[in-house]
Amino acid sequence: MINEITLRLNGETRTLDVNPLKRLLDVLREDCGLSGIKEGCGEGECGACSVLIDGVFMNACLYPVGKAEGKEVITIEGLVGTENYEVLKESFEQAGAVQCGFCSPGMIMAAESLLRKNPHPTEHQIREAISGNLCRCTGYNMIVEAVQLASKRGEGLW
Amino acid sequence: MKEVNRSIHKKEGMGLSMGKPAYTDDLVPQNALIIKVLRSPHPYARILNINTEKAEGLDKVKCVLTYKNVPRNIVTRAGQGYPEPSPHDKFVLDEYVRYIGDEVAAVAAEDEETAMLALKLIEVEYEILEPVLDFEKAVDNPSIIHTEEEAHEMFPIGFQPKRNIAAEYHMSFGDMEDTLENCEYVVTETYYTQAQNHTAMETHSCFSYIDIQGRLSIVSSTQTPFHVRRIVAEALGMPINNIRVIKPRIGGGYGGKQALHGELLSSLVTIRTGKPAKLIYSREDVFEASYSRHPMRVVVTIGADREANIKAIDMNILSNTGAYGEHALTVFMVAGSKTLPLYNKADAVHFGGTVVYTNHTPAGAFRGYGAIQGNFALESTIDILAGNIGIDPMEFRAKNMIKEGEGSPIFKIMGEGTEGVDMVMESCKLDFCMKRGLELCGWKQKFPRKQVAANKVRGIGGAIAMQGSGIPAIDMAAATIKLNDGGFFNLMVGATDIGTGSDTILAQIAAEVLDVSTDKIIVYSSDTDLTPFDCGAYASSTTYVSGNAVKNAAIKMKAQIEEIAAEKLGVRAEDVEMIDGVIKAKSRDASITLSDLSTQLYYSHKQKQLMTCESFSGEVSPPPFMAGFAEIEIDTETGKVDLVDYTAIVDCGITINPNLALIQVEGGLVQGIGMTLYEEVKYAESGKLLSNNFMKYNLPTRNEIRKLTVEFAKSYEPTGPHGAKSVGEIGIDTPPAAIANAIYNAIGVRFTKLPITSEDILLALRKKRS
Repeated sequence: MINEITLRLNGETRTLDVNPLKRLLDVLREDCGLSGIKEGCGEGECGACSVLIDGVFMNACLYPVGKAEGKEVITIEGLVGTENYEVLKESFEQAGAVQCGFCSPGMIMAAESLLRKNPHPTEHQIREAISGNLCRCTGYNMIVEAVQLASKRGEGLW
Repeated sequence: MKEVNRSIHKKEGMGLSMGKPAYTDDLVPQNALIIKVLRSPHPYARILNINTEKAEGLDKVKCVLTYKNVPRNIVTRAGQGYPEPSPHDKFVLDEYVRYIGDEVAAVAAEDEETAMLALKLIEVEYEILEPVLDFEKAVDNPSIIHTEEEAHEMFPIGFQPKRNIAAEYHMSFGDMEDTLENCEYVVTETYYTQAQNHTAMETHSCFSYIDIQGRLSIVSSTQTPFHVRRIVAEALGMPINNIRVIKPRIGGGYGGKQALHGELLSSLVTIRTGKPAKLIYSREDVFEASYSRHPMRVVVTIGADREANIKAIDMNILSNTGAYGEHALTVFMVAGSKTLPLYNKADAVHFGGTVVYTNHTPAGAFRGYGAIQGNFALESTIDILAGNIGIDPMEFRAKNMIKEGEGSPIFKIMGEGTEGVDMVMESCKLDFCMKRGLELCGWKQKFPRKQVAANKVRGIGGAIAMQGSGIPAIDMAAATIKLNDGGFFNLMVGATDIGTGSDTILAQIAAEVLDVSTDKIIVYSSDTDLTPFDCGAYASSTTYVSGNAVKNAAIKMKAQIEEIAAEKLGVRAEDVEMIDGVIKAKSRDASITLSDLSTQLYYSHKQKQLMTCESFSGEVSPPPFMAGFAEIEIDTETGKVDLVDYTAIVDCGITINPNLALIQVEGGLVQGIGMTLYEEVKYAESGKLLSNNFMKYNLPTRNEIRKLTVEFAKSYEPTGPHGAKSVGEIGIDTPPAAIANAIYNAIGVRFTKLPITSEDILLALRKKRS
């Protein structure tokens, strides 16, 4: 079954001929050529495929593309180049929060999603917000620090 | 030091966080066939009939592999040096399947849907055999797991397949019986550790293609590209010169990617079809059909005299290697060789045991590599013994532990599969690690327990640990440095950056010698055609072994540059020095920039390419050391246990990059904490792994880790590159014992089995009350 699905992807309107049941994760990687979104578990547990759909933080592995009809999808590639991203990436780099890097795009999406809702999160709120994103390399300390830094530096952005 | 001991950002960090194509699955050619594996539903069975006609009849199916049509060469997938200390007991595919998840057949199709459908169409008739699922009943079990006559050991490792024994080893010195008899205090305890899963966020991934020269290229998320090349050649019976292995960026390894996973099947599909093919493991595949840590039963006896001097240590281990014997002997030996030297004054030491086959998912290399299992047992027993003697457990350790300038007979007796090397600790700041850790964690105020609320009690506990820096006299690494016009360098290393940042720290090591900034060193790592050899990223080898190779290559490069510059400046080579990209004559006012010199070298004057290649193989393996302190809080009503604080003080010599070293330690700690408190492995009675996804296998998230404090001791290892030792594994070793000791100190219950869950604690508290 192939349907025409139209969505806004990273600021551009895209019309795709795909099976509406195909996972958004696969559509983004295979049909749209976006590599920033990763598959770590395929079960909504690790957060490596995190995206924003109409501003809501979602796991793309659990999201059939058909549901994205008419919606706005933002991946890490859509964030790159924005002022928010500049602040986030500098903070992640300065805190040394990128280790193997596989979870980093998802982690940055989680940070963006948190800061949009709450530009001045407490440490506890940061922990809570990134607890759906697994990282097996770090002790998470640097990641929390990175979000704190971004919150400070990006004053007024979010 | 200018470039070393600086927290320079990871070279590729920015690209990775932007999500640029970097990992194996990001780089697969568009037309690659998708490979899916049919896995055994039985823990032990023989394939009587396998019918693949219907699967092969599907239009988009291009290749189906079964044991009937693949080469029958027996290998070990362990990914170790050669000859391997692991038994050769694995065919590409076999008529026997030995665990639930073992490979029965592989299908390659043009799309995933067809590949999945084809798997369903393969008809298999099994003769179900009696599995061995209890590792304590494996030896001499009537059911024999490896009956194939081709199975063999490369050199004596105690391999006895007819008895389900993959490896066996014993060593001893001193008179154990007599020494224990004369001890005032003797404790014996038995411990069990579980089959922890690595859970690298990137699952095992590879793809293969035939290049323009007709050679097989394999791109793989591997820690050991050079071993992969050798083992693929051996398993497929093809010339090694027809194989190239490329390692892209890796999404974490921790030992799990030391071995081969999909490379054999992917290569074979490509060879058979001439088409690119990819095999990406699902998370379930990783849990059920890759590797785990070796579960062990460790029995420890320690004896001490009246003055609290440790006189005797006896460690007996039964290790479970699962269906195949990858790393069977060596992981088990490291449980002793990287724990027993901590207490180096014992008169009598015995270490020994057996590694058995069972019909479970195989075990393999995993950060800590046996040392964490041995440490849990040894360091828990030390606390019990200290309690019996009536001495503070950390004071007991301080009195007995190894110190700078000392050695241990164990170093010479026990290597990894072979004899070891004699060593004297030229850098060992364990005494500082302990002193500083005690201060930072507030030991004096907190030991052993504090009631913080009516139903909340806190306990504090500690442990010490050691690891290694590569495998001496076995591991070899090489590095090539090339000077380019404009005065920048390429550093080509076989060393395998698996996300650790080793490309960055190796560049720092070279930059320090060459007196240029690290951004002038462009690194290419791990391409078997383009970079020199390196055994790979395991055994905490990269900083020390690969780092020394890089340093040597850089020293040679510097000498060549100075020689040529001296000629140009008309002075003798010893009369010039290279500082900050400028080569100056010491005796007179003359200089040339590295940029000008290199450009002249390639375009205009006495033209010549400068390139150096040096190697390193360690004569010793200086251990990093650490002291770890856990403070836990237990809710005595519910049993809930929380880790409140973990303090770790590490001696890894000079930290080449303090931030990257810190991540190594913190990451190791969290994996060790996970193994201690959360990562429960459950099997069904059938032998099916139940904890096969992140819903059922609990990884610590940021919410579970309240506070981690890591500091590094001031230390300098004279044999290391710029004073460094390795740091990849040491962080994982102390949490099991330190946390178990803290729990004991809080509630007076000694846990000897991992993980220690809140449920276990509640049950123990209830039992204690009744």
